[in-house]
Amino acid sequence: MIRANGADTPVSANNSKSGIPAISRFFSAENRYLPPLLITLILVAGQAKFGLLESFSRTALAIATSMILDLVLARLMIRRWPNLASAYITGLSVGILVRSPAFWPYALCSALAITSKYVIRWRGRHLFNPSNFAISAMLLLIPEYVAALSIQWGNDIWPLVIVWVLGALIVWRVRRIHITLTYVLSFVVFSALRSVIVGDSFLAEVAPITGPMYQLFIFFMITDPRTTVKSMRGQCLVAFLVAAMEMILRLASNVNAPFYALSIVGPIAMAIEIWRTSKRRPEAPFRPGIRKDSVTQAPAL
Amino acid sequence: MEQAVKPSRAIQIGLAIFFVGLLAIPIVYKQYQRVQASASANMGAAQALSRYGFYMRESSNASGIDFVHQAPTLDVKLSHIMKLVASMGAAVSIVDFDRDGWEDIYVVNSKEGSRNALYRNLGDGMFRDVAAEVGLADVNLPGTGVSTGAVWGDYGNDGYEDVFLYKWGKPELFHNDGGEHFTRVTEQAGLPPWVNANTAIWFDYDNDGKLDLFLGGYYPEDVNLWHLKTTKIMPNSFEYANNGGRKYLFHNLGNGRFEEVSAKLGINSRRWSLAAVAADLRGTGYPDLFIANDYGVSELYLNEGGKGFREAGKEAGVGFSPKSGMTASVGDILNQGQFDVYVTNISEEGVLVQGNNLWMPKAGKSAGMIRYENMANTFGVELGGWSFGGQFADLNNDGFLDLYVATGNVSLDRGRSYWYDYSKIAGGNQAIISDAANWPSLEGRSLSGYQHKRVWINDGEGRFKEVAQMVGVKDVYDGRSVAMADFENRGALDVVVANQRGPLLLYKNTVAPGKHWIEFDLEGQRSNRSAIGAEVRVFWAGQEQLQQVSGGSGFCSQNERRLHFGLGKATVVDRVEIRWPSGIKQTLTNPHVDENHKVKEPL
Repeated sequence: MIRANGADTPVSANNSKSGIPAISRFFSAENRYLPPLLITLILVAGQAKFGLLESFSRTALAIATSMILDLVLARLMIRRWPNLASAYITGLSVGILVRSPAFWPYALCSALAITSKYVIRWRGRHLFNPSNFAISAMLLLIPEYVAALSIQWGNDIWPLVIVWVLGALIVWRVRRIHITLTYVLSFVVFSALRSVIVGDSFLAEVAPITGPMYQLFIFFMITDPRTTVKSMRGQCLVAFLVAAMEMILRLASNVNAPFYALSIVGPIAMAIEIWRTSKRRPEAPFRPGIRKDSVTQAPAL
Repeated sequence: MEQAVKPSRAIQIGLAIFFVGLLAIPIVYKQYQRVQASASANMGAAQALSRYGFYMRESSNASGIDFVHQAPTLDVKLSHIMKLVASMGAAVSIVDFDRDGWEDIYVVNSKEGSRNALYRNLGDGMFRDVAAEVGLADVNLPGTGVSTGAVWGDYGNDGYEDVFLYKWGKPELFHNDGGEHFTRVTEQAGLPPWVNANTAIWFDYDNDGKLDLFLGGYYPEDVNLWHLKTTKIMPNSFEYANNGGRKYLFHNLGNGRFEEVSAKLGINSRRWSLAAVAADLRGTGYPDLFIANDYGVSELYLNEGGKGFREAGKEAGVGFSPKSGMTASVGDILNQGQFDVYVTNISEEGVLVQGNNLWMPKAGKSAGMIRYENMANTFGVELGGWSFGGQFADLNNDGFLDLYVATGNVSLDRGRSYWYDYSKIAGGNQAIISDAANWPSLEGRSLSGYQHKRVWINDGEGRFKEVAQMVGVKDVYDGRSVAMADFENRGALDVVVANQRGPLLLYKNTVAPGKHWIEFDLEGQRSNRSAIGAEVRVFWAGQEQLQQVSGGSGFCSQNERRLHFGLGKATVVDRVEIRWPSGIKQTLTNPHVDENHKVKEPL
């Protein structure tokens, strides 16, 4: 049985005898296993072909830490078993995006991400994208041991095209393509602007977005349903502001600009929305990972 | 719907403390390391001698060495990133070119028209540059390219070490005429007209008694860096580049002639090679070839009985995670009678933490195959900044091989870093990264500049400790090539470091009293006369250490051919087993310690 919206709305896989609706359901916004499944496929293919990961064992450690800690904290904090898709994808994102030759940063980063979900909250909702918060904290606190993913998808164009198409398909199906498009468009415009300001070629400025780190960022991190605002217009505005903040950080030569930009803009946007909502509604109960007012609950990074 | 339960205040507080604790772990750990480092940094020579068993004093000027490396000025189309592109070329190799029993130093220069230097060891702690006298100085004439390294080997088996000079330009072979003069024999040898090379090694891949030569290209050989037809000369990827220079394997035919056989024997790579080392890694009796590549994975060419090579990097585990390989050195770090391989890479805080690789063989070799595991993190030899040349050597004669790594890439303005711009272009697709015109201007900024060196001492139990500052290695030049030799024939290994756009440094080593040693100077008869590829196993006090005579290792460097073993407090060596490249085995029983043994291959 597949559950959407955390555990609230069961969706049976056997509702229809026709194959097409089943496929359609599988690729639907309600299938919270779609993004993790597809990211896992990308990851396995990327590792097999290009050696994308530092190692499978490090990624496994990040995933295991994330899932175990989520189980423990959910039992402790809300006395129920959580759906682990979200924790899995947090661990996976840490395992992909963190680069360190050591093992312990992977465990620490996952632990920080999951714990932040339960600690940094306001009116029942968490403010930070967990993996973004944890990766930013690691890059800030222990840059000696940690960097963000900077590797490429090989040296030809086809893997890049496949990931873009696949990523776009996923965010389109989970009704988040507008966020991705707004961010990409903003990034390209800001690249042109930076090129004029700093005097480097436009291609040099736009180059980072051709790498896998950005693809994971734009398809699966900034689109995270639980840490983005509700309205479509608001989501587009936040994506634009993240790109704008990133440009400011880039002008200050900050290598990890996208992570920090989302860490700064994301919580502020969430806080504003929570504050505005709280004026209309009472405080939500303490339920990490579950948001009643969101239609789309497929987890992202 | 299930009703959510609000956790108790105690649980919430406990979780908050746990969260703060997680954030505090790295801060506390870093602070602890900082305190440890600052407590040790001001250590004096006597204290270092007592604690670590050795102390190094930079003595180049006091020894008559005043060499400063100069970089080339390439095509004006590269002017915006000139110092980045022209950031290699400083190289040093050790040879006793005149067979007087004292190891000499050959150091190359890279400015158009500059001169290389051959520092003859006068035997009294002083050196004198005799390169011009013997014909090895004026080798960087405009139009011929500039030197990037040199390796020594007696290709003619006449008893004197000849020198192969590789360049970004026309490679040259010089024959040693009795230790008094060198004759250029490039054309006779059949060398190619132009190779942009950063590595070459002598080895006898087919054990026919004649030294062969491997030469690894970096930029493609059709690129003349002084006259560019296009700016699309850069790697087509930061991790998967395959548009670099070709590799050459010159088979020694005798009579000073060589035949290029790389393709015929299975070496067809176009990766951007920066280092190579040959060693019998699988116990087959034939040397395998390990190549460390920039912008990609390392390659391991398994020698198939001297008849061909098979690339097995992925199979062996070393050819998977792409990094920026800059050195390749072998050493038996745990005295297990087998070679481990060290490869240096880049580690820059928060930007690119590749970590260096220490490839250690996994237990159980099967069917001529070997598999490696990266143990750099476990052994503590992983984070070395922008690491270039690395060499193993027992610096404190305690019986275990230590590790010296030269670091630092481009040191210009201390306060401004190029890393941000470098990371932009490095992450780009091949259409962007491969064109130098797209690379942001360096504008006098540093890229991993002014870095402290790494001197890791081996405790023999699986941990290395970094002691560079404590034992007197305090320079912050852009280190490239590292070579070791016992220059004063006193049983202590000194270290020579060639720095890019910097001085040649000679670190003289003082070893604490009470530590013993033994050295071996081998000469082949059926094997190549330089004995390159000969393996020596020393057995003492329950230890077994393996070393080999090398025709080049590290980054653009070559240690002395003489093998040096530290023995700790042991005064007796049980036996020494020598396996010559010819296959002949020789055993020495109870050789005297604290002595250099000259050993000739038995016939």
